[in-house]
Amino acid sequence: MLSAILAITLLALIFGLILGFASVRFKVEGDPIVEQIDKLLPQTQCGQCSFAGCKPYAEAIAAGDVDINRCPPGGEATIQALANLLEVEVKPLDDECGVEKPKMLAVIDEDRCIGCTLCIQACPVDAILGAAKQMHTVIADECTGCELCLPPCPVDCIDMVTVTSSPTNWRWPNPTELTTQYKEQQ
Amino acid sequence: MTQLGSFPGGLLLDGQKRRSTQTAIRTTPISKKLILPMQQHIGEAAQEVVSIGDKVLKGQKIAQANGHMSVCLHAPSSGTVTAIDKQPVPHPSGLSAPCITIETDGEDRWIKRQGVADYSQLSDHEIRQRIRDAGIVGLGGAGFPSFIKLNPGIHHVIDTLILNGAECEPYITCDDMIMRERAKGIIEGIIIMRYALRVTQCIIAIEDNKPEAIVAMESALEKYPETDTIKVVVIPTRYPTGSEKQLIEVITQKQVPKNGLPLDLGIVLHNVATAYAIGRAIIHGEPLISRIVTVTGTDVKHAGNCETLFGTPISELLNFCNTHRHKDVPFVMGGPMMGYNLTADDLPVIKTSNCILVGVDNTSHQSTAMPCIRCGDCAVACPASLLPQQLYWYSRAKDLDKTREYNLFDCIECGCCSYVCPSEIPLVDYFRFAKTEIMHKQQEHQKSDIARQRHENRQARLEHEKAEKERRHLQRKLALAATQSNKEKAATGNNVGENK
Ligand code: SF4
Ligand code: SF4
Ligand code: SF4
Ligand code: SF4
Repeated sequence: MLSAILAITLLALIFGLILGFASVRFKVEGDPIVEQIDKLLPQTQCGQCSFAGCKPYAEAIAAGDVDINRCPPGGEATIQALANLLEVEVKPLDDECGVEKPKMLAVIDEDRCIGCTLCIQACPVDAILGAAKQMHTVIADECTGCELCLPPCPVDCIDMVTVTSSPTNWRWPNPTELTTQYKEQQ
Repeated sequence: MTQLGSFPGGLLLDGQKRRSTQTAIRTTPISKKLILPMQQHIGEAAQEVVSIGDKVLKGQKIAQANGHMSVCLHAPSSGTVTAIDKQPVPHPSGLSAPCITIETDGEDRWIKRQGVADYSQLSDHEIRQRIRDAGIVGLGGAGFPSFIKLNPGIHHVIDTLILNGAECEPYITCDDMIMRERAKGIIEGIIIMRYALRVTQCIIAIEDNKPEAIVAMESALEKYPETDTIKVVVIPTRYPTGSEKQLIEVITQKQVPKNGLPLDLGIVLHNVATAYAIGRAIIHGEPLISRIVTVTGTDVKHAGNCETLFGTPISELLNFCNTHRHKDVPFVMGGPMMGYNLTADDLPVIKTSNCILVGVDNTSHQSTAMPCIRCGDCAVACPASLLPQQLYWYSRAKDLDKTREYNLFDCIECGCCSYVCPSEIPLVDYFRFAKTEIMHKQQEHQKSDIARQRHENRQARLEHEKAEKERRHLQRKLALAATQSNKEKAATGNNVGENK
């Protein structure tokens, strides 16, 4: 009885060592296609695609499990880029996942914030600063606008605001659209 | 004189410069309120060093350069800081940006100025530092910090400084007038720049439609014994000969390499008004607080050039020149070719405001554009040897990679192509659109890279915390088990004892 147990333990150990060695020796440096897909996703980490973040969605696309039209923050441009990369047809955004919206930013109403830290725990990119019982703030530059901090807040003090344009991030209007607007006005 | 070169394309335009050169440079009265955007240059916005309620003197620093690509900002007159907030600024977007507002007290009291009569007491580094502290940027219109262009670095040997007095765009005459009236001051500035750059040759390039300016500069040069390395070169009038690369081609017959800089040819280019400002800053210790602005156009009664403090509302400048602006017709900041429309006139005059044009058809044809007929006129007119019709095609289709293949970023936005297009397509607007789209994409990419990094860091941290928690949990369990078994042992020991 005892010798049997010993033998099996020994075997397990040896195999474990071999496996451990193999995993180090033959390590695959990520999956290049997953990385490439992940690079095209907006990294909002919002989960609207029904995956736990952009990387898991990228993995699922690479595995061929899901369509490329499930990312609302990326919208049309991301679908186009994914279609180019994977050489598949462009599809309209799956409205089951959501709609494409202008980029938003979370703002905490600092007067109402009770310092519960629940939003910090929810933010996937660590964009909220604060400590227990202290007022919290969002680092505007780091916020991706994923809205994940909204549901946990017990006092509803987080608002989403549209990113204001300034002379530095302003984009020249598309002349084609201007012309059509003009015609519509007439 | 040396042989001149030339550049492809370009246009012969009606200069329309007579109207604004009939009177001498006037001084715009000090406005009650001066609005000073903290970013009036290319690069990072300056950082305010005053607070609301502070009393400031004329020439006092109110905002500090922030990072390398930045310059300081000064109070143009004495008064009180009344606001530091966002105000509409002159920009094609019509949007607001952080500004410092000063209510002037009318006394116009200077801060103590520290000029250096003999510039050679300063090192070239000190000169650049002073120029930066004086808030000087290129006054030709782009607003690039001047001290950077006086620092070629150790990898380049500069032998030629070109002073740009071409002023090729119709209507604008502020450089013409400053050369006519302040030639001595310009040359003082050039001598300092020559010293800072250690160049052997300085060329003042002036278009042949400015005979008065040419005479003024030449006779001022005669009075300086040490200026035999500075000379005036008269160049033919052709738009856009005042653009950096085109001017270099005309003067030196050399082409600036693709994606290269004039530095690569051993050349540095500055505007003549910038040279004047540098002279004032070094010799007299005066920071850049005003500039000469051309106010002209069919709706301006007293057209001319006005020395105007920065922050002066454009409406006051227009009133001073007796302008009857039709309220809902846009007017232009800059010239008719490269300028942009303004819709409000309470915007301030800033360091890059060279001209305000009221009452001319801006070259926007938005309502009448017809399909491209592939005539090729635009390619003939393009001074950068681009293919505007191809660029138009790809910009319109938002095929941004293709626009880059066709060298979109070599486009100097001169507007020659739009001007000649028989279908009146606003070509240059498409190119501006495509450029900002590309830059926006790049920014988005950078942002998402940062977000990915932060997300990965967070995942790693959470995993680490989890592992740590489990380890501690296990430890506690073991410890608990140990104490419990000890207790049990003790208990059994007692029991044994009792049993005895
Ligand atoms: S929907 Fe898009 S942004 Fe949101 S997690 Fe999925 S891939 Fe990322
Ligand atoms: S602050 Fe809120 S909206 Fe912004 S990234 Fe964090 S969880 Fe998302
Ligand atoms: S605007 Fe650009 S494309 Fe058009 S002529 Fe000028 S440089 Fe060429
Ligand atoms: S000039 Fe106008 S119509 Fe002619 S090729 Fe160029 S874009 Fe087309």
